[in-house]
Amino acid sequence: MGRRTPLYDLHVELGARMVDFGGWDMPVNYGSQIEEHHAVRRDAGIFDVSHMCIIDARSSRVREFLSKLIANDVARLTTPGKALYSCMLNEQGGVIDDLIVYYLDESFFRIVVNAGTRDKDLAWMRGIAPQFGVELTERTDLAMLAVQGPNARAKVAELLPAAQREQALGLDVFFGCPLSMKEGGDWFVARTGYTGEDGFEIMLPAAAAEPIWRSLNAKGVKSAGLGARDTLRLEAAMNLYGNDMDESQNPLESGLAWTVSFDNPARDFIGRKALEALKAAGLRNKFVALLLEDRGVLRGHQKVIVAGLPDGANTGEITSGTFSPSMEKSIALARVPRETGTSVQVDVRGKLLNARVVKAPFVRKGQVLVSQEQK
Amino acid sequence: MSNIPADLKYTKSHEWVRTLANGNVEVGITDHAQGALGDLVFVEVPEAGKTLGVGDAFAVVESVKAASDVYAPIAGAVLEGNPALGDQPELINSEPYGAGWIARLKPNGAPQGLLSAAEYQAHLAAEG
Repeated sequence: MGRRTPLYDLHVELGARMVDFGGWDMPVNYGSQIEEHHAVRRDAGIFDVSHMCIIDARSSRVREFLSKLIANDVARLTTPGKALYSCMLNEQGGVIDDLIVYYLDESFFRIVVNAGTRDKDLAWMRGIAPQFGVELTERTDLAMLAVQGPNARAKVAELLPAAQREQALGLDVFFGCPLSMKEGGDWFVARTGYTGEDGFEIMLPAAAAEPIWRSLNAKGVKSAGLGARDTLRLEAAMNLYGNDMDESQNPLESGLAWTVSFDNPARDFIGRKALEALKAAGLRNKFVALLLEDRGVLRGHQKVIVAGLPDGANTGEITSGTFSPSMEKSIALARVPRETGTSVQVDVRGKLLNARVVKAPFVRKGQVLVSQEQK
Repeated sequence: MSNIPADLKYTKSHEWVRTLANGNVEVGITDHAQGALGDLVFVEVPEAGKTLGVGDAFAVVESVKAASDVYAPIAGAVLEGNPALGDQPELINSEPYGAGWIARLKPNGAPQGLLSAAEYQAHLAAEG
């Protein structure tokens, strides 16, 4: 038996198919995964993401700690409530995890890391925290819900008292704020997500999660599982840790260069020297989005073959692939040689299928952004 | 609970077999199998004329989640793959024992070693 979130019994009651995900028993779908996907693109869906790890970091030197710990620059966080997406690297520039950090005040930042990497992340952070007097608290007392879709924010807002509703609806994209609820407890709502749609992520006392879920269901917000979460994030070309990057890969060849800040030459974040050496030597690979032109489904670890490059330097790998419910075609993310042009072939179960390199993301805010016409 | 029609034969790898009036057989995957796979998005059916031994992988069903082989429950020759599955792979989800059939085969001898509905039910229970 795996670990269970506070919503485990509810998922079972709702007919979810439960699977192991990073040591957690999680709902993969509650029926049709494709219908759950469309509900999020067109209306609203709710995901249990309580398996993710919420860590509160407190110290008068917490900003200094984060400046060292993560590859993006917390100096970008100047307004309380603002969130920052970043990688946490090892000394070799490999990705230990990707995370979101929320700036609450000068002595309090909240970090959210992946479920499957919880233990190693905490161990890594605790190795560095003492230098800065940072106290790290794992918030296992909280549940976390992601309510996503064009109607998600409005539907969540309907459940909130007037003052809190105004606060939540006033949030800009990638901002969060604590909510003071009369039932007490530590509530936090953020305009963040992992679907390419607008919406909220809500951290709340574990016992409050089930009533909120049921109330949102009653308002037509569809329960959605990890299956839909994966197709939604892949259409939005958002990386998944463990698939698209890990400790053996650096962010610059994982489509995450935009999250690494070299701007301040004095900021000596962990992994910086290794990344600068890699850049100086020249990166071998780039990270691309692929649209399959033939029939079939791209999957992680399939081999990508690039015509026109010398043998031994003409292959890459699909890091995540799936069938896109919005486009009704197969899409993927892949790490390929830097010289790769606009067309590649992929070895799909022994057959070479044609795929086109396209601009990411595939889908954002309900709109397919990639032309599906063959060129 | 998954639907297991009493008039069909089954394999432990979740295929079903229907003997047609003319002695040929129709094969597909069970309701349990389609439920475990989730929404099907791509099916590769075999071409007519292909000769199959028992247990040969003869078709591929891909759901949003993963690709799975479908194994020949009997030896024989492929008469046709279901042409409807090209555009409507979801027929396997909605009608696994009907419009979602995968192939029709001309059996090479009498089918052997297949499970009855009750035996398949017991197999599912044992698999947990």
